[in-house]
Amino acid sequence: MSSVAEMHAIAGQGEIMEVSMGPHHPSTHGVFRMDVRLEGERVVRLKPVFGYLHRNHEKIAEHGAYLGAIPYTDRLDYLCSMTNNWGYVLAVEKLAGLAVPERAEYIRVIVAELTRFQNHAGLVGFLLQDMGASGTPLMYAFREREKILDLFESLSGARMMCNYMRFGGVRVDCSAAWLEEVRQLVGRLPQFVDEFEKLLRGNEILMARTQGVGVLPRELAVNAGVTGPMLRASGVNYDVRKVDRYGIYDRFAFRVPLGEHGDVYDRYMMRILEMRETVTILEQALKDIPAGPVMDPKAKLRGLRPKVGEAYGRIESPKGELGFYLISDGTGNPYRYRVRPPSMINLTILEDMCLGENIADTVIILGSVDIVLGEVDR
Amino acid sequence: MSALLNAEDVKAQIEAGVPGSRVRVIQNGSPSAQHSLLLENEHARAVAEFLRDDAGLRLDYCSLVTGVDWTDRETSEKVKVRKLVQAADGTEQEQEVEEVRKTRVPGYLEAVYHLFSMEKKHGPVILRLRTANRTNDTTLPSLTPVWRSAEFQEREAFDLYGIVFEGHPDLRRILMWEGFADYPMRKDYVPPADDVEVAEVHR
Repeated sequence: MSSVAEMHAIAGQGEIMEVSMGPHHPSTHGVFRMDVRLEGERVVRLKPVFGYLHRNHEKIAEHGAYLGAIPYTDRLDYLCSMTNNWGYVLAVEKLAGLAVPERAEYIRVIVAELTRFQNHAGLVGFLLQDMGASGTPLMYAFREREKILDLFESLSGARMMCNYMRFGGVRVDCSAAWLEEVRQLVGRLPQFVDEFEKLLRGNEILMARTQGVGVLPRELAVNAGVTGPMLRASGVNYDVRKVDRYGIYDRFAFRVPLGEHGDVYDRYMMRILEMRETVTILEQALKDIPAGPVMDPKAKLRGLRPKVGEAYGRIESPKGELGFYLISDGTGNPYRYRVRPPSMINLTILEDMCLGENIADTVIILGSVDIVLGEVDR
Repeated sequence: MSALLNAEDVKAQIEAGVPGSRVRVIQNGSPSAQHSLLLENEHARAVAEFLRDDAGLRLDYCSLVTGVDWTDRETSEKVKVRKLVQAADGTEQEQEVEEVRKTRVPGYLEAVYHLFSMEKKHGPVILRLRTANRTNDTTLPSLTPVWRSAEFQEREAFDLYGIVFEGHPDLRRILMWEGFADYPMRKDYVPPADDVEVAEVHR
């Protein structure tokens, strides 16, 4: 809270009103609050307040075995449990020096790209919902998401909390019938993206609400550590799948879409374009997937005790760079377990994007960041 | 894999680029071989600016800021000492005896920064800063003025570990509530009993 003198100084320029948006507000996508100071309808200050969902995920993981943390990672970004699993097991594999069998690498790519697709579709649906397009776009997105969740359920037993990956591979192999179902779904996905885009492209309200709104300049985006589609909307070519080539991403041909203006419209378009690239990765992975084991026989799941040391492993999650930093002291549980949450770090510049905009626009600017509070608060 | 930078090379470049600074390479024994650089607190800001702006390094992206709590620990080593020992016949003789010598290593808090370059597509370069102790002198220089991405993460390290970042523009609690007294991520943190009123947890 500001001092009285500061309030008077600002009040000299006009009527100032303080509004607390959230934590229970439909536009905040969870329990998230924005302390907004307004001059008329114009935002002159905005401070994000969070922590309502804080459960000290990192402390819980430090008290358990390496294996025990995997189901907890599901609950970080609870829309994308598969990619959360991957980020964590990748870090453990680096720490303990484990290899991953070929077939498991392919399955990981398939489930991760399906996750990315449903996340982006859902985000576009919610963003349009925030702009007042009640229902239709969100229902289109959720119709497709349901089919992907059904596939996750038949593979792992759970729709959202999949707990599927293990360091050294994946928990269970997928059947030929499952792969066939994925092939059929992927065959229909381009049609869905076309239909979705046709519904929205050129829509006057969408363009008026998003173009030139919430601009994030390139230099600020880099300096503030913004990652994922948000960074690329500002024109920075940085995708961990291309930079690190973790797993087997060097085997697939795909493009990294880039924006020009860094506004809400570009961030929206990034998601649409990335959905298309995801489909091409899925097609290639489904064509090439080999037979074989899905677990490294040397991987010791229970009672893993990595040598003293540390490792940072990162992946390109649908929301940005998701990383896990682990320090081992040679015992069965990590001495330090740290998550790099893309949702939270992408919020750093929320105020910068909102200053000078209308109060109604803060809702869609926040929507275009794509946050999940399970990951922001941990 | 993004190109790994050799920690020794980066150390040499820092010491040449920032006069007076000294860097220690901390070896990492795990297969990841991500070695890190321990900086002196007084030069940390200058080193950070050098790493960000140097044309060859261009570490423009600070990905991760981590707080770590290293508690006081005891190291014990076996040493051989010559000592007067009473022999079986009652006379004293000088003999070589093995003794366990214990040394108490005081604890400290650590902030770890993982740096990458979006321009050059290399990294990570890992920086470590250490506080004097973990009780009454827990200040470190803030690197938020160099990399904005540290803003919320340094607040988190302050909130959960009690590291005070000097020069941070807005150092407040971020996940716990204002007025909460303790630092929950510390190794010796004891959570309040379930029946304690929330008001009592306040300072």
